[in-house]
Amino acid sequence: MVAVDRVWKYFGDFPALRDVSLTVPRGACLALLGRNGAGKTTLLRILAGFSKPAKGTVTIAGAAPRDLAARAKVGYLGHGIAVWDELSAEENLRVFATLYGVDRAAIPVWLERVGLLRVRDGLAREFSRGMRQRLAIARAFLHEPELLVLDEPFTSLDDRAIALLQNLLRDARERGASVVMSTHQLREALELASDVVLLKNGRVAHAGPRTEEMLNDPSWLYARYGEG
Amino acid sequence: MNAFGAAIAIARKDLRSELRSKEATNAAVSFALVILLILSFAFEPTGEEIHAMAGGLLWIVFAFSGTLILNRTFARELQNDALEALIAAPVPGWALFLGKAASSMVMMLVVELVSLPVFAIFYGVTLVWTLAPVILLGTWALVVVGVSFSALTVNVQLREVMLPLLIYPTLVPALIASMMLTGNLLDGQTFSGDNITWLRLLVGFDIIYTALAVTLIDIVLVG
Repeated sequence: MVAVDRVWKYFGDFPALRDVSLTVPRGACLALLGRNGAGKTTLLRILAGFSKPAKGTVTIAGAAPRDLAARAKVGYLGHGIAVWDELSAEENLRVFATLYGVDRAAIPVWLERVGLLRVRDGLAREFSRGMRQRLAIARAFLHEPELLVLDEPFTSLDDRAIALLQNLLRDARERGASVVMSTHQLREALELASDVVLLKNGRVAHAGPRTEEMLNDPSWLYARYGEG
Repeated sequence: MNAFGAAIAIARKDLRSELRSKEATNAAVSFALVILLILSFAFEPTGEEIHAMAGGLLWIVFAFSGTLILNRTFARELQNDALEALIAAPVPGWALFLGKAASSMVMMLVVELVSLPVFAIFYGVTLVWTLAPVILLGTWALVVVGVSFSALTVNVQLREVMLPLLIYPTLVPALIASMMLTGNLLDGQTFSGDNITWLRLLVGFDIIYTALAVTLIDIVLVG
């Protein structure tokens, strides 16, 4: 589903990504781990099509990330919730339904799934933080993407939203979607992950399947690569 | 996915947001009216020179107040990182540009429709219907250049300062054509002679900059 081949990315003279290669098969869930500044967000932004690598290639289902066909397959949840405060929950999803060519009948279904159907006409700016985050989750999943690119998705989510997101990610994987997520919440991520990549100073320090060892001690990988 | 449908959805989204917050249009209308009022103190409404300067005065007001709207075109997407969601969507850059340009055009026309009667009263000029195409073409020139540079400066900290510095020099040909046409038409002239040349210049400017904007907007937003 995702192929990253010898990717380099510079910010000025500083190489944020150095010769990064990885693949994410269909239905896999890749936990992208690493300390702050390791290059996780830079790699995810390239996958989501927000920036281009200086060297190397990235393909999503065989297409470049900026191709419309690839973008239609990707759902992105970043640091910001990416919804419009002056629009209601339903109006927000209606805009995204139009942009992704999704049937509007899916909107109430997703509002129900994230527990916002009762407040569908409420403006996003009037929502609590948790409600806004759930609206953002509905926005990212609305078009049932084949690839979910999630940048620290569990950060500042409440318990209910974490459980909701974990359930949605499991459902997405069951229907064959792939997931690439960066996170510092190791336990939540490793419970979902099938594969793990550890980035250190922009390089892939470890790549492989998630093991029982990692589940038993989520910080095991960091300790092994001197990041503890 | 229909790209024009996406452009309309983006324009409607912007207009709905603006209708509820009114932050850009309120500021632009207030600013336009204040400039018209202040400049009216400088000129005698019945004086001869006012007819010669009317076109210039009007387009200075439109350009200055319009900048307040154009500054917000992409900046409003910074809240909650909504711009990322638009860039990630499977929508061609030109559709995003056209949606943004359409909403900005509507907001600017609202400001201009409020300003025009006030301008006519303060400066003692009679408005003529032949001004309509000049206002539409001149406003589109402001919009197409303003929205393009708004995208370019969206991540610049001093974008409120940078935008006018970038757009006014670029707009010089369109502003001169709009000012000349407006002055001549308010003076009772028709679309003939030199006015046709000015109109051609304005149409040509709009076509060239629209073509450039829809072609380059993806590069401007993503690199």
